Amino acid sequence: MSLLSRLKPVAFLLCLAPAAFLAWNFWGVTHDRPEALGANPIREAEIFTGLWTLRFLAITLAVTPVRELLGLGALAKYRRMLGLFTFFYACVHLSMWVGVDWFFDWKAMGGEIVKHKYILIGMTTFVLLLPLALTSTNAAVRRLGGARWARLHRLVYVCAITGTVHYLWAVKKDTFFPLIYLFVFAALLGFRLWEHYVGPIRLRSRSARRRPRSTRTTLAGGAAATDTRPLGDAK
Amino acid sequence: MWIRRPDDIPSSEITDEKLYFNRRRFLVAAGVIGATGVGLLGCNSEAEGSNAAGSAADRVPAGSGQEPEDKPNTYEQITSYNNFYEFGTDKEDPKENSGGFHPQPWTVRVEGLCKRPGDYHFEDLIKPHKVVDRTYRLRCVEAWSMVIPWQGIPLAEMIKRFEPQPSAKFVAFTTVMRPSEMPGQRRPVLQWPYVEGLRMDEATNDLTLMATGLYGKPLPNQDGAPIRLIVPWKYGFKGIKSIVKIAFVDRQPETTWNIAAPDEYGFYANVNPEVDHPRWSQASERRIGEFRRRRTLMFNGYADKVSSMYSGMDLRRNY
Repeated sequence: MSLLSRLKPVAFLLCLAPAAFLAWNFWGVTHDRPEALGANPIREAEIFTGLWTLRFLAITLAVTPVRELLGLGALAKYRRMLGLFTFFYACVHLSMWVGVDWFFDWKAMGGEIVKHKYILIGMTTFVLLLPLALTSTNAAVRRLGGARWARLHRLVYVCAITGTVHYLWAVKKDTFFPLIYLFVFAALLGFRLWEHYVGPIRLRSRSARRRPRSTRTTLAGGAAATDTRPLGDAK
Repeated sequence: MWIRRPDDIPSSEITDEKLYFNRRRFLVAAGVIGATGVGLLGCNSEAEGSNAAGSAADRVPAGSGQEPEDKPNTYEQITSYNNFYEFGTDKEDPKENSGGFHPQPWTVRVEGLCKRPGDYHFEDLIKPHKVVDRTYRLRCVEAWSMVIPWQGIPLAEMIKRFEPQPSAKFVAFTTVMRPSEMPGQRRPVLQWPYVEGLRMDEATNDLTLMATGLYGKPLPNQDGAPIRLIVPWKYGFKGIKSIVKIAFVDRQPETTWNIAAPDEYGFYANVNPEVDHPRWSQASERRIGEFRRRRTLMFNGYADKVSSMYSGMDLRRNY
């Protein structure tokens, strides 16, 4: 077992850190540290969980490119965990809105969804994330078959775009950070599209994947890949 | 509906400036200042009990009886949660980034259609007038609100001194332009300098205030030092900060947020629960420090003092 594989429990705990930080500060707000989340803690918690959803989505989508660029096959084992953490933070984000911000006022929330496009697209993103989370088990992958599963999970790129547009439309004027997220997601999607239509991009040629197109020259300038070992994540 | 000002309230009921801080100190001693300030968030019974005992004098009856009472926000809340894009677009930015701003010495240029234009030093601007206490609700267009004990000068009195001509139909205000001291002005998030305006009848309404202090202290930089506008029945962005120019004009002046997004921010910007902003529903608001939303009141609860100015106007169109 590689070091990367053994570190997975540590990564799991790290992924929980933002949630733990929020819970600790929420406790503080209601007890001894009223300013722990600023003057508007509910809003702060919504922004915090929304941003961490997008960050986890970006980290999840970066797994495959980083794995391929650096030849870290063991990273593949992290992808499902990170994807599910994305969904976890999306759930917390939505729960904040439903249970804390609007206090289960379903009628008002219905009005919000219809009236405000940034909420509609946020809600859409959550709905699109649901089938991905539900088909994350080994059994679901088997039932769907690898190819169909992969096709379904391309939805994650739609989620990345709609999720970022949700952020972009929610901010009043300063679109600097939403545009950064949009750029990051565009780059991640661009990497996959490039690989699909042009050919693999490798920084370390020895780890290049075996693919029909892998005989092409890599961007790193190395010779065509010869290493045909199966990857750690062979399905 | 309530406002607190000397004419309305017997002087015995007005809290002395120093008492604001004495009460604060008392609450700190009681160990509940936070829970009290944050109000409904302090859900443990101990905080609630002390809250009632500690700030009974602060409580002012609400008009409708349906809404919870209006209680002034804490100095900490009022000075750490600000929209002042000249110092950055996050709510905490103005407090963090306004340390290098110099509100003194300060000069305000008065110009346009009036008999006494000129450059007025801050002290000369204030000296002839009596500084009054006004505790007002502040409703932000982003659907949050506060209650703030301001000190300042009714704009109507100040305007009288400048003797505007009959042709002056509007008053235009401009914020200082100082990119070296205001980091937000180095990025074109908005068109700088910030400009705002009022119709003459709005500017001379009893409620309209040129604020120079809050909680008995000079206005902190992040709240618009040294002098800012307060128009309590309008959304907060009408309350232009750090004013360096007042101009009397005959046409409706341009306003910054209207330039930035004309379909979102109108010239009038009266608080109106029935007209939604594309981004925020305006029917309810979150009072800073409270857990549940409140109903938003027409004209922010000041309808009896201001609605006559807009009779016959389509408030949906003139948002």
